[in-house]
Amino acid sequence: MAIEVRIPTILRTHTGGQKAVEGAGDSLADLFTDLDAKYPGLRGRLITEEGALHRFVNVYVNDEDVRFTGALETKLSDGDSVTILPAVAGGALGFAAAAALAGTRG
Amino acid sequence: MLRLDRAIYDAIVAHARRDHPDEACGIVAGPAGSGRAERFVEMTNAERSQTFYRFDSMEQLQVWREMDDRDEEPVVIYHSHTATEAYPSRTDIALASEPDAHYVLVSTRDAGEVEFRSYRITDGEVSEEPVEIAGVDQHAVQTYMFGQTPTSVVYDCPAGN
Repeated sequence: MAIEVRIPTILRTHTGGQKAVEGAGDSLADLFTDLDAKYPGLRGRLITEEGALHRFVNVYVNDEDVRFTGALETKLSDGDSVTILPAVAGGALGFAAAAALAGTRG
Repeated sequence: MLRLDRAIYDAIVAHARRDHPDEACGIVAGPAGSGRAERFVEMTNAERSQTFYRFDSMEQLQVWREMDDRDEEPVVIYHSHTATEAYPSRTDIALASEPDAHYVLVSTRDAGEVEFRSYRITDGEVSEEPVEIAGVDQHAVQTYMFGQTPTSVVYDCPAGN
């Protein structure tokens, strides 16, 4: 089983500079575990300690944002293409502060 | 040093003013490794907020893929602050994920005069850089009353930065 994973510039320190690597897994969670075995530290940049996808990392499976396909539970098939892009975000007020103001957890 | 074409500078400022009081955001793409900011691309602020921005994730995929196809990179990543200074916030610094980009901050807090500044952000460190606008015509320069060379204006970092 081979899944092509495109790696953004900022994470290429973990892949020896490679912009695309190959991995395997029936779900996105499995794929990231598989990749971490070959590229130590990569998984920690994508998944929080609580086991969720990092809020400011965008992951796409075959051009679909995985937030809409089950996040880490997204099912994968042989030949699928996964792209990782760090979110481009920011602003005058911090996200955590804004979420606190809105009464929601950041 | 960030060098920008006058037309692109104008486009960034116009975008920030148009979206005020929401934060505006976008990029200027250029050939990978060249440092030349040549292709202006407005991005949608998916947060539509007066205090934060986030590129729409599908739009970002499209634009990043297009840059990849054209062997380009995001030379400038810009956004506006609508009530505070044109300086990167802690969130801006924490979330800066393109180490080679010039991070441009525009402030539209003053209706008359726009603030336009540029920074490098790597490993949580911010350093301001001067901005040079090329292709300035003489009439425009006279109204701004900056010292200039015939073909470019250099906006130096304010003293103390």
